[in-house]
Amino acid sequence: MDLRFLLRLPGGHDLMSTQTNSSGESHGSVSSYLIGFVLAVVLTVLSFLVVSTHSLSPMGTLAALSMLALVQVLVHLHYFLHMGGSSEQRWNNICFVFTVAFVTILIVGTVFIMTNTTMHMMSR
Amino acid sequence: MMRTQLALAYAGNPGYLPPHHYDQIFSAHGTIMIFFLAMAFMTGLFNFIVPLQIGARDVAFPFLNNLSFWMTAAAFILVNVSLFIGEFSQCGWLAYPPLSETQFSPGVGVDYYIWAIQISGVGTLLTGVNFFVTIVKMRAPGMSWMKVPVFTWTAFCSSILIMVSFPVLTVAVALLGLDRYFGMHFFTNDGGGNQMMYLNLIWAWGHPEVYILVIPAFGVFSEVVPAFSGKPLFGYNTMVYATCSIMVLSFLVWAHHFFTMGAGPDVNAFFGIATMIISIPTGVKLFNWLFTMYKGRIRFHACMYWAVGFMVTFTIGGMTGVMMAIPGSDFVLHNSLFLIAHFHNVIIGGVYFGYICGMNFWAPKVLGFKLNEAWSKRAFWFWLVGFYFAFMPLYVLGFEGMTRRMNHYDNPAWYPWMLVAEVGAVLILLGIVCQLVQLYVSIRDCNLPENRDVSGDPWNGRTLEWSTSSPPPVYNFAIVPHVHSIDAFMHDKENGIDTRQAGAQYEAIHMPKNTVAGIAAGLFALIFGFAAVWYIWWLAVVGLVGVIATVIARSANKDVDFYIPAEEVARIENEHTRKLMAQAAE
Repeated sequence: MDLRFLLRLPGGHDLMSTQTNSSGESHGSVSSYLIGFVLAVVLTVLSFLVVSTHSLSPMGTLAALSMLALVQVLVHLHYFLHMGGSSEQRWNNICFVFTVAFVTILIVGTVFIMTNTTMHMMSR
Repeated sequence: MMRTQLALAYAGNPGYLPPHHYDQIFSAHGTIMIFFLAMAFMTGLFNFIVPLQIGARDVAFPFLNNLSFWMTAAAFILVNVSLFIGEFSQCGWLAYPPLSETQFSPGVGVDYYIWAIQISGVGTLLTGVNFFVTIVKMRAPGMSWMKVPVFTWTAFCSSILIMVSFPVLTVAVALLGLDRYFGMHFFTNDGGGNQMMYLNLIWAWGHPEVYILVIPAFGVFSEVVPAFSGKPLFGYNTMVYATCSIMVLSFLVWAHHFFTMGAGPDVNAFFGIATMIISIPTGVKLFNWLFTMYKGRIRFHACMYWAVGFMVTFTIGGMTGVMMAIPGSDFVLHNSLFLIAHFHNVIIGGVYFGYICGMNFWAPKVLGFKLNEAWSKRAFWFWLVGFYFAFMPLYVLGFEGMTRRMNHYDNPAWYPWMLVAEVGAVLILLGIVCQLVQLYVSIRDCNLPENRDVSGDPWNGRTLEWSTSSPPPVYNFAIVPHVHSIDAFMHDKENGIDTRQAGAQYEAIHMPKNTVAGIAAGLFALIFGFAAVWYIWWLAVVGLVGVIATVIARSANKDVDFYIPAEEVARIENEHTRKLMAQAAE
């Protein structure tokens, strides 16, 4: 949410400084939003289809859903959050990588601690 | 007050505080000191110093800043309301379940705690976002990352830690709130909850939190020591890297707060070693300050007293911290007074000394006059000596097995140490009195010529904030300075460059208007918090809708800025130049 909020700010409007008004240059066009929207809808529908038609084995369903979810995340990042390889996106990319790293630390650490503790305390 | 209780409450004597009241007092002490004294003091320093140090006219989002201040104020009022209406939490400053669950704490105390934390958490999170963006986007031209002043670096790392860790606090406390309000079972043993998860979450925030507090204190010393040693900071690069590595490491050590919870050797060894590793970058910083002083032309100003006192005291606190980082010894010391002594050692010796040092250092910039030095030194000596008297006995008592949060005890061996600690508490009280006298004397004498800061640079400072007048004009810099080196202002002074570029062609300056939206949102948040504590649901809805409506209304308002005309800027700047000339002529 923070990241999305940050990126949605109109370029340099709230930044009063005249020095480096370079926040969020590319806000995308209507067509890029449309492409993103269509892709997101298609991916969502596909996920539902995979589950509702039982066309794959349970493991296969799980794998397909995970893949679709991953692609969905990438679509959102690219079309809605405008992340990409361009140089003005560098800070956004750094922030994103940092966020992912910290969240990973927190989740992996928590799982590590809690499984270990639960095992030793026989609380389950 | 707490020490007095323990000095009195020996053997048959019940002391003057009943257990119920004593529990409220230590909980309120912890909550107020961390959330509302240390955090507020830190944010205040950020607000004033960071934009000045990076040559910016304001923070990136002025309204967000205003909003976060009033949120914090609302939360603090809520805590104080609890002193008069109802009661405060009796569950310690982190409200561990199951004690903090409805079953064991049916009163409104924990609810006050929850809502105060949530509301101030919003404020802190917004502050973190704000300063992050300010430092990334608004540095003066020429100020590349390795030319950023160290205090700003520390503010930057603190902001990152705030953004990463405060959401964890919000979630942990919100889950506790769901347990209490809606009978859910996140942290109860019924219904599949697990209170150990709360400890895990709260410390995943709690450990970064103490670094959020102490890293800016390191930043203050990194500005004060070079200024009063007349030398550039020794090892600027290592200082920056040390700050960043402390930032990352502080997020990897939270389990050391609950080694005794029952995790196996794998977990404890990992987090124990990670904790010990933090002492390495911290040691680097300490040696940097010492080498900065080495062969420097040191002026023993009151700020230097606090700084040197910090180096000694904090080192002891750091070493006892490493002792506790060894899981084996932590099993002996956990929850004993040794722990209490350790964290007061680092929080008083590190955070508090740092912020007071910063207050004395930057007061002339903020207020336009210097604070009284003699009283600051007296306060320092009382604080330093009092600190050792008050907390060193606690180390001993910790080894003798005295646990924390005790209201009463029967062990005669502890009694003499308690009396020594009481003496220390009285000395610290005298130190606080000296600080109040210092403020009084400083304000009384603020118009004496020797106290006025006309030049804006009373200490022969090194960074950009000293290039403005004291107090700085509302727009901070009429002409945005160009940065050529690490200590930008010192570089300009040595090379005869006028950082202010006085007499240049001034332009109109874009400024935000004052707004009532922040205070209104804060007021609504206060109403919401109070209503939620007392289960007055219609009023809570009013408060919540009020907060949201205020913020939306403010966002839709386009009329939020104005321009200071160029003539006005020229008038203010010429006035300052005239004063500088007059002083130079004397």
